[in-house]
Amino acid sequence: MSNEATLHSQQEVMHGAHDHHDHEHHHEDSFISKYVFSMDHKMIAKQFLITGIIWAIIGAFFSVLFRLQLGFPDATFPWLESILGHWAKGGRISPEAYYALVTMHGTILVFFVLTAGLSGTFSNLLIPLQIGARDMASPFMNCLSYWFFFLASLVMMTSLFVQTGPASGGWTMYPPLSALGDASIGSKIGVDLWLTSMALFVVSQLLGGLNYISTLLNMRTKGMAMTKMPLTIWSFFFTAVLGVLSFPVLLSGFILLLMDRHAGTSFYLSDIFIAGKALANEGGSAILYQHLFWFLGHPEVYIIILPAMGMVSEVLAVSSRKPIFGYLAMIGSLFAICILAFLVWAHHMFVTGLNPFLGAFFVLLTLLIAVPSAIKVFNWITTIWKGNIHFTPASLFSIGFVSTFISGGLTGIWLGNSSIDIHLHDTMFVIAHFHIVMGVSAFFGMFAGIYHWFPKLYGRFMNQTIGFIHFWVTMIGAYLIFWPMHYEGMAGMPRRYYDISGWSSFKQFGGLNEFISIVVILVFAVQLLFVFNFFYSIFKGRKMTTQNPWNATTLEWTTPIHAGHGNWPGEIPEVHRWAYDYSKDGRDFIPQTEPIGPNESAH
Amino acid sequence: MDTMTIEQRKKIHPHKYSLWIAMGSITMMFIGFTSAYVVKRSQANWLAFELPHIFWLSTAVILLSSLTIHLALKQFKERNMQRYKQLITLTAILGVAFAACQWIGFTQLKSMGLPLNGPVSASFIYVIVGVHMLHVLGGVVALLVMFGRAYRTRVRTYSAVPIEVAATYWHFVDILWIYLLIFLSIAR
Repeated sequence: MSNEATLHSQQEVMHGAHDHHDHEHHHEDSFISKYVFSMDHKMIAKQFLITGIIWAIIGAFFSVLFRLQLGFPDATFPWLESILGHWAKGGRISPEAYYALVTMHGTILVFFVLTAGLSGTFSNLLIPLQIGARDMASPFMNCLSYWFFFLASLVMMTSLFVQTGPASGGWTMYPPLSALGDASIGSKIGVDLWLTSMALFVVSQLLGGLNYISTLLNMRTKGMAMTKMPLTIWSFFFTAVLGVLSFPVLLSGFILLLMDRHAGTSFYLSDIFIAGKALANEGGSAILYQHLFWFLGHPEVYIIILPAMGMVSEVLAVSSRKPIFGYLAMIGSLFAICILAFLVWAHHMFVTGLNPFLGAFFVLLTLLIAVPSAIKVFNWITTIWKGNIHFTPASLFSIGFVSTFISGGLTGIWLGNSSIDIHLHDTMFVIAHFHIVMGVSAFFGMFAGIYHWFPKLYGRFMNQTIGFIHFWVTMIGAYLIFWPMHYEGMAGMPRRYYDISGWSSFKQFGGLNEFISIVVILVFAVQLLFVFNFFYSIFKGRKMTTQNPWNATTLEWTTPIHAGHGNWPGEIPEVHRWAYDYSKDGRDFIPQTEPIGPNESAH
Repeated sequence: MDTMTIEQRKKIHPHKYSLWIAMGSITMMFIGFTSAYVVKRSQANWLAFELPHIFWLSTAVILLSSLTIHLALKQFKERNMQRYKQLITLTAILGVAFAACQWIGFTQLKSMGLPLNGPVSASFIYVIVGVHMLHVLGGVVALLVMFGRAYRTRVRTYSAVPIEVAATYWHFVDILWIYLLIFLSIAR
């Protein structure tokens, strides 16, 4: 039955293709307009993805380097001197290089990989395909969005190679350290390049976000009511809303910081002495920057995790052949997270002298986020419960996502309490918490998305066996890396420190740190294996022979295997039902394009 | 691409929709600035002073330019292209005049002993007014593009969407300035 339906819809598409043959060859593309300054959302998605992968390799490699220092503070690695030069004299990473590596690792992973690489890729790919649109509302702005990101990348890359090194005051770039070039070697031109790059990045995010929102609100195909959209689209929607409203605030914070650096203003600076000399700056407040930064900074973590949540919801439903459990509750909790995201920023600032009375409200609102998060976790588990689960790399990574989201989320309840935070802030506990809940989880969501939609991107499959190896090593490795950090943090071991071997209370962690560093190297190697799999499969992967390899209901699988610009050769299909009609009325799945039968009730 | 998009169902033009979201975004940026201003004002060492008087003149200029762009839109819809071209030119000139007034305001501030690197309250004026001025100049650039399009002979545009988008944006920066002026006058 289901087979028949697929064949039937395929025929329709073929038929349509014949009718509107001239549509597809509407405009001849040159190499430049097809692969470089492309306006096709699918190509822009690939551009974001591959740029993101390159950044991810660099960012992850930086973490390997600074883990070498943390794990083996007394050892020397002569090969380090040959790649880092005077930053690693005698084979030991210098303190300045260490801080630069930590800062760049954070900046690259948070912004360039998990924001641009994740939502940039999948919002671009899936929004038009899943809502039934030819392209974005403004393909030109979409193209600009990528090229602003590219420019931001170039500037950030340049900063890695300047003589005084890149910015190294931590990825949050707090003043006064970041505002004063004389304060440290990492606060010189590196910070200017960092701010320039981030300003370009914000522009890129805004151009992209505007497009995503107006496309999915205005250009849905006939019958695609908001409540018929897949959860991926809902998550991209809330992600874009968060970005559009919070990135401009970050930009205003950066503008004030730039003025402090170069125009002699004192927005963030007051009563500062450098090398015994008093500066003229007076009346500024460094805390002001933290407010502006975290007003973006907190929504930013949801900008990272929401797309992963959406893709995991979709992949879990497809691979367990069951409708998503609690569709409306899923949307409601996304909405709740989106609202709460703007009301909790001060929980990053409990120990800055924040009024404890005010802190109590931020504690309450922070803990409230546990409610929608728990609803989502419950719904994911119930979706796969008693499902006919197909264990593909995509579904494994989705299940892995749920696991890490739970274990990382629970420690968020600890840190959200202002009293416990006094002890735990700036320790390895925080590192463990946010790496599991937002770093590893978001990566798992991204991997799930890549494995699942790779056939749509390149018309080929990624190698499954390598995918399984990739999953299991990453999953076990992630827990082995981050779980022990909780104990280090509870014992008070601070984050960001170059060398903790001088404290006798942390001596006990020497072996543990070595262990973590070794696992980091292994996990990094497996990520390289994934990258190999990715690029190898683009050219040599198993070819896709049917349009709908996962037997999914959504619209992207009704397009031809190598869809041209415009996605559907004929008419855009009309939508008649929601996206999750799996195992309904004895049928494995019913595509969204199939009308509701006379004896059938709509969802 | 145009023929492809027309067949799609849509309520308001996507470009207009994007503009509204962009305006929300720009608003958030200024909310960022003004709330930083409010936070800073409640702390010690805040120096209050009167705004340069020329800011009132610039207000009049930008209000007038809102009127001219409104008329330009009307003329475009009636296909009086000559009047339309004159009116958008006038609007662009008024936009530049507005920016010039703001600049004179800066020099007045400086002569009052309130340079950019002076007291924080003055620095805020420079930054907030300066960033707003850049947004107005962005609108001027958009008008220049429209102007170029109006003189094109090979391709004629009949769609009112671009000029509508430009006009809406122009009114937006106008209203934004009124808000900033009221804000900066009251919260001193």
